[in-house]
Amino acid sequence: MTTAQQVKTTYREAMRAAIREALQKDERVFLMGEDVGSYGGCFAVSLGLLEEFGPERIRDTPLSESAFVGAGIGAAMAGMRPIVEIMTVNFSLLALDQILNNAATLLHMSGGQCNVPLVIRMTTGAGRQVAAQHSHSLEGWYTHIPGIKVLAPATLEDARGMLWTALQDPDPVLIFEHGSLYNLQGMIAADAGPVDIRSARVRREGGDVSLITYGGTLGKTLSAADQLAADGIEAEVIDLRSLRPLDDVTIMASVAKTHRAVIVDEGWRTGSLSAEVCARMTEQAFYELDAPVARVCSAEVPMPYPRHLEEAALPQAERIAVAAREAVG
Amino acid sequence: MTRAGGDALTANTAQPDTAKPDTAHRKELLRQMLLIRRFEEKCVELYSAAQIRGFVHLYIGEEAVAVGVNQALTPDDAIVSTYREHGHALVRGLPLESVMAEMYGKTTGCSRGRGGSMHLFDVSRRFYGGNAIVGGGLPLAIGIALADRMRGAERVTACFFGDGAVAEGEFHECMNLAALWDLPVLFCCENNLYAMGTALSRAQAQTDLALRAGTYGMSAWSADGMDVLAVEHAARRAAEAVRAGGGPHFLELRTYRFRAHSMYDPELYRDKAEVEQWRQRDPIDMLAGRLRNAGELPDDELTAMESDIADRIDASVAAARAAPDEPIEDLTTFVYSPESS
Repeated sequence: MTTAQQVKTTYREAMRAAIREALQKDERVFLMGEDVGSYGGCFAVSLGLLEEFGPERIRDTPLSESAFVGAGIGAAMAGMRPIVEIMTVNFSLLALDQILNNAATLLHMSGGQCNVPLVIRMTTGAGRQVAAQHSHSLEGWYTHIPGIKVLAPATLEDARGMLWTALQDPDPVLIFEHGSLYNLQGMIAADAGPVDIRSARVRREGGDVSLITYGGTLGKTLSAADQLAADGIEAEVIDLRSLRPLDDVTIMASVAKTHRAVIVDEGWRTGSLSAEVCARMTEQAFYELDAPVARVCSAEVPMPYPRHLEEAALPQAERIAVAAREAVG
Repeated sequence: MTRAGGDALTANTAQPDTAKPDTAHRKELLRQMLLIRRFEEKCVELYSAAQIRGFVHLYIGEEAVAVGVNQALTPDDAIVSTYREHGHALVRGLPLESVMAEMYGKTTGCSRGRGGSMHLFDVSRRFYGGNAIVGGGLPLAIGIALADRMRGAERVTACFFGDGAVAEGEFHECMNLAALWDLPVLFCCENNLYAMGTALSRAQAQTDLALRAGTYGMSAWSADGMDVLAVEHAARRAAEAVRAGGGPHFLELRTYRFRAHSMYDPELYRDKAEVEQWRQRDPIDMLAGRLRNAGELPDDELTAMESDIADRIDASVAAARAAPDEPIEDLTTFVYSPESS
């Protein structure tokens, strides 16, 4: 087999290519959200799609999160395959009633009749000095909810490939795109396509400590692994990819190999996704552990504006490396 | 297409059609209202006997709204309803047995017992619940109508909600979006004057709800929700306009709930005299009275109608009691679709 041709792309372009492909392949698919059309998307993800597909399928909405998310749910129930874009996770709270009380609940509440094949995309995370109402990582909250699936593409391949698989899912899928990733640049197979949305991936192999993360902190965690390697510590980096359901098998296999774990999560520590991963380790791999599980999370403050305070509040490669060294002992 | 926003200002009350609906049709309306009334009276009895539990929001007094509006809908149209939806479900044609079984939480219930009184569903009849977050069904109706519009289907989505929902932000969002996108939604506001225990005038700065809806640029008018013929007339007029591509329409159906908000409440928020006054306009008594006065409803015919309904309800209770429970092993079934997990 010849190696597939590689092309240069960005996370933003990969996401746009995924949306375009979905619109081309399935006439039931349409994109709806604030400024997705004329503006080209708040993060320019959908730039050019209005011209290509027209206003029926690239649908600018008023600032009515609850109405357009709920409309996505209704349209999905009635046979369409909507992609709803919410500008950021912070604004998704205005639609939380629809996501929790309808999207996640209708199938069970109707005794199996009303499945909701809806994909909701939104930006998450900090790092751009946009302060306390545009910077939080609330995807961990969403993982609390049975009935939905939660994805966090952290690589170009996942930005390109998760959307189509999510659209094939009969149930609601939330995709969290970390705002710092859109300019991520690299090479990708020219024929890159759908990827699975169930499994975690080992992004770097190592035998000394497992660093478990997802989304916007994958890059920082890989940097920390490089720093650790310089000290002779081989870290294994796990990218969770799917935050609900969690791929327990891959997590526990890594812990069984390294016997030490650090969880890196940009969410606040208390009641977080990192807490859930930690709890599962104690339930499923307690006797494999040779050291307490460590967590590197965001400081428990509303995100401050100044760069130095924002950086101090967020997980950084240096802090991850320190936590890993302590775990290794 | 133009929107007749001024309609609300000029035509706040629809007048009953001067053409007299035929007797058989009126008797059918009566029969449907009686079925809802007797079904719910049975629910009260069963609740008192602890046979059924949870919240049970009675529609008693408001039957003319569901029955009248349904006359304007085809089986292809969709309905999105509230937690006070027994009436909508029954007139939509959900089998009485499946609704009663749902009250019992049985496998044979229309939502396999998982929903209960507030969450009746039947997708095969395009009956999309059964939504118990006030205002939460409006966005769903918008979406169903959007799907129909995008596929060129000439269908109407009827969306029922109460006066309480008008205070919700979702009401504003959805009225605006439906009008902006010219979606085929028939908004049916069941104004029973109370959001649970809060009177309309204590919750709304503008109590003329049709006037309010008209400001969104859609045709809106009010009808006497105690008069099933007036409701039918208003609904036909509105649904035909929606179906013809006239965009969303809003109907305020002025009605009254004779019973407590849910099964029991002390009703401290309203005068007994007020309730009694509304009872004088009981939609069933009014229609039956008209038929009797016209010599079109002999006593024995009404007795036979009542007896048939009673038999059917008793049979539905017996069937629900005998039906199996959902097995506990299936507790988490339907959290995700089978093909997804």
